[in-house]
Amino acid sequence: MDKLINKIKSLLGSKASPAKTLDTANTAPLTEQQLQSIVGNQHPRFELQQLISAAGQSVGKQRELNEDSILAITTTMAGNSGNLPFGLYIVADGMGGHQFGEVASNTAIRTVAGYVLRKFHAYLFQIKTDTMDESFQEIMLGAVSDAQKAIQREAPGSGTTLTAALVLGQQITVAHVGDSRAYFVYPDGRIETITRDHSLVKRLEELGHISPEEAENYPHRNVLYRALGQGEILEPDIFTVSFPQPGYLMLCSDGLWGVVAEQDIVRAINESPTLQRACQNLVTAANMAGGPDNISVALVQLIG
Amino acid sequence: MRAVVKQRTANYNSTNLEDVLETRLFPDLSDDQGGESAAAPRQLQAGVLLANRYSIQEVVGLGGMGSVYRARDMHFPNVTKLVAVKEMINSAPDPLVRATIVQNFEREANLLATLNHSTIPRIYDYFSLESRSYLVLEFIHGKDMEAIITDSNGFLPEEQVVNWAIELCDVLDYLHKHKPDPIIFRDMKPSNVMINSNGELLLVDFGIAKSFQSGIKGTMIGTEGYSPPEQYRGDATPAADIYALGATVHHALTRRDPRLEPPFSFSERPLRRINPSVSPELEVIVNRALEYDPASRFKSASEMKDALLAVARKTGMLIRSGSLTGPVKTSGVKPLWTFKTEDEIRGTPVIFQGSLFVGSYDNNLYAVNAADGKFLWKYPTDGGVVSRPVAVDGNIYFGSEDKRLHVVSARSGKVVWTYFTNGPIRSSPRIAEGHIFIGSDDNYLHAVNLNTGRLAWRFEAADPIRSTPFVLNDFVYAGCESGDFYAIDFRGALKWRFHAKRAITSSTVGTPQALYFASVDSTLYALDPRNGWVIWRFRLGKPSISSPCIADEFVFVGASDGFIYAVETKTSKEVWRFRTEHQVNGSPVVYKDSIYCGSVDGNLYCLEYRTGRLRWKFGTEGAITGTPLVFDDVVYVGSTDHQVYALLA
Repeated sequence: MDKLINKIKSLLGSKASPAKTLDTANTAPLTEQQLQSIVGNQHPRFELQQLISAAGQSVGKQRELNEDSILAITTTMAGNSGNLPFGLYIVADGMGGHQFGEVASNTAIRTVAGYVLRKFHAYLFQIKTDTMDESFQEIMLGAVSDAQKAIQREAPGSGTTLTAALVLGQQITVAHVGDSRAYFVYPDGRIETITRDHSLVKRLEELGHISPEEAENYPHRNVLYRALGQGEILEPDIFTVSFPQPGYLMLCSDGLWGVVAEQDIVRAINESPTLQRACQNLVTAANMAGGPDNISVALVQLIG
Repeated sequence: MRAVVKQRTANYNSTNLEDVLETRLFPDLSDDQGGESAAAPRQLQAGVLLANRYSIQEVVGLGGMGSVYRARDMHFPNVTKLVAVKEMINSAPDPLVRATIVQNFEREANLLATLNHSTIPRIYDYFSLESRSYLVLEFIHGKDMEAIITDSNGFLPEEQVVNWAIELCDVLDYLHKHKPDPIIFRDMKPSNVMINSNGELLLVDFGIAKSFQSGIKGTMIGTEGYSPPEQYRGDATPAADIYALGATVHHALTRRDPRLEPPFSFSERPLRRINPSVSPELEVIVNRALEYDPASRFKSASEMKDALLAVARKTGMLIRSGSLTGPVKTSGVKPLWTFKTEDEIRGTPVIFQGSLFVGSYDNNLYAVNAADGKFLWKYPTDGGVVSRPVAVDGNIYFGSEDKRLHVVSARSGKVVWTYFTNGPIRSSPRIAEGHIFIGSDDNYLHAVNLNTGRLAWRFEAADPIRSTPFVLNDFVYAGCESGDFYAIDFRGALKWRFHAKRAITSSTVGTPQALYFASVDSTLYALDPRNGWVIWRFRLGKPSISSPCIADEFVFVGASDGFIYAVETKTSKEVWRFRTEHQVNGSPVVYKDSIYCGSVDGNLYCLEYRTGRLRWKFGTEGAITGTPLVFDDVVYVGSTDHQVYALLA
């Protein structure tokens, strides 16, 4: 923190630490108080470690139907017995033409959330001291197979992408099928995709058979090789990573990442005063770019 | 929203198949469903006489478009002639489309009936009744290859797979050379290969059902599993069958189901990395069959067959039968020196200022010159020394089965102090924050002041603690024989507890993200160090008391099933496994780009840690149960043959 203050001081040419730029500085040096408040705004400190989240969604400009579904559950539960941030975030992008896409994505988010909450209920909301029998990854796998069955029952023939992030403490366990994405976005401008698209075009690109430019214009960009509700064997990608601090977890459908450049996504997030505003700005950016598809985005931050 | 819907695959054994069938039969607009009423039974019941000839006995399989039944042919009343009746349900709503489907079916059935090859089941009959079409085939008593792969405990023997592959090449070649038009099988995969009770191979499920799959919009892709990349263009060529055969062989030899992997990713799972016993020659053949570019594959199935035959001859596979495993041969690795104690060495050595310290079951701690193995001194205790000593500030700390924690001078071997517990010590000490943390069979975790040798506190566990405590971020972690795993703060207070189903003898390693340890409940665990929640569990073949080690994004551990496992820390996916000839109870260590691990089979193995490929192995005269030590490009390991070996790493 001190380092940062000094850096700002030196940039601004504060008297406390005279810098070379002093001669050319044409703004008045900031007071210590002003500096503290700038620094304070950049790195808010919170006594209570907690999750905060926001979500945004739009049908887009060219579709009549919204086949995306989004879910965000953020809980704070802290006291003498500890503090365990718990959250669940899901984006699902349904497919299947006529009327079943939205059924599939909706079934997916409800089934997954229901399954996960049932599993954790006894351990989070009742006094249960036993060790949980299943791991985070097994619970997410169970939730996905439940959703797979539910979709084949409720909306046969249809399918959906699913990107679900379970946050418990500092661990994020992701279950992922299809081409919705999870990202880490850092305040210093870096953005990192943490999921891997299960799309034919991505696969061909990974194999080096088409270039990223060719991928942009590939005729079958929409073809997935894995989707929830499709196929008899479904192997979701499941992995656990640490929550970026400082940073954001972002989940979105291809209605956002397919049309808004990564650097514009980063800028929209880092320049927004709140997560809610950031989500709205992202949705707006996708619509400004033509809004060819449904747009869903969730942003999560672990503060404190 | 998406424009393209992927084709539903039409394989066997889907538990959700009933749902699928139901919808095919009764989609939401159920009024114009042709011949079938909504109450029609979906499957034929046992005892039904079909076409006045085939008496249905039971359902033996579920195909994508209907069921497969075992039936008795009643035209042979005096003998029991069993047949397989394959049912295909025609669910197209449009009568014209339905009629076309039936026509196509009959044309294909006629074609198949003309085929004459020992590995193609004979077709006896076909007919259509209302909206169902039936194919009557030779009934095969046997098991499909997918079930054989799944049910086998280890890898299938190479020669068996090669023999199957040769037969499959033979039948593909027959089909591809069919006149006037070549027949492309299109669906080569283990579940379509049956092995009958005589061990004979049969190719089943010709793509006859395909014409029944119409009516799904945008069907254009089947990139899953065994199909080649060009399939998304709709190309069906002999080269596609060759690719799928390569994929089938790959699955059989690696036990990795390609339907669970990204498409066209075989090159990321090289045969011999997963199954080192496969010959390099066979790997070359499989790789060629799996070339991305069809032109780079074998020109024909007969060319592939010739290549397989050549390999079989070269490796003597056609002659040899039975077990592949001969006597274990040690390679040309020569030890730099050896040092012999008077009893088994079950623990792990440590090096400090040019000396190597190692405990033995003869009750002594030995100090030898690390450069040449010359004896320096020995320090006697009253019990076996089975753990790993720790060297700090010129002293060597170690526990003994005489119940004591001993501290001796590294230089002279003279005792500095000892500390008594009430049970034998099999745990190794961990030194941190001015304390020694050590478990004992007296069920306590002891925190002993490093300078005074006095007890700071002790923590009571449910059972003996034989694992080595692990210290990370102000907490001490230790597993115990009851299966309990404890996180204890530096004041000796329990922070959280985790319970495994069986003993945790394995010692923990960890990062701020996760703690890793194995258990006798045959599981490798990853726990959140802050709160003890389980991040993932990885199933080992058998119980494990081996302590994991981590390098890059991998965690390595041995188990009593004889395997050394490499698991990805993020996904808990197995990266590779390496089979030794006996239990792996010691722990692996990573040094540079190799992993070193001993086995009860007596060998020390050196593997490439990213691939699990064997670099060399060195045979000792007894089981290796301790962990090797690698220091300055020399690996030191103790064996139950009483000796310590120093080898070039």
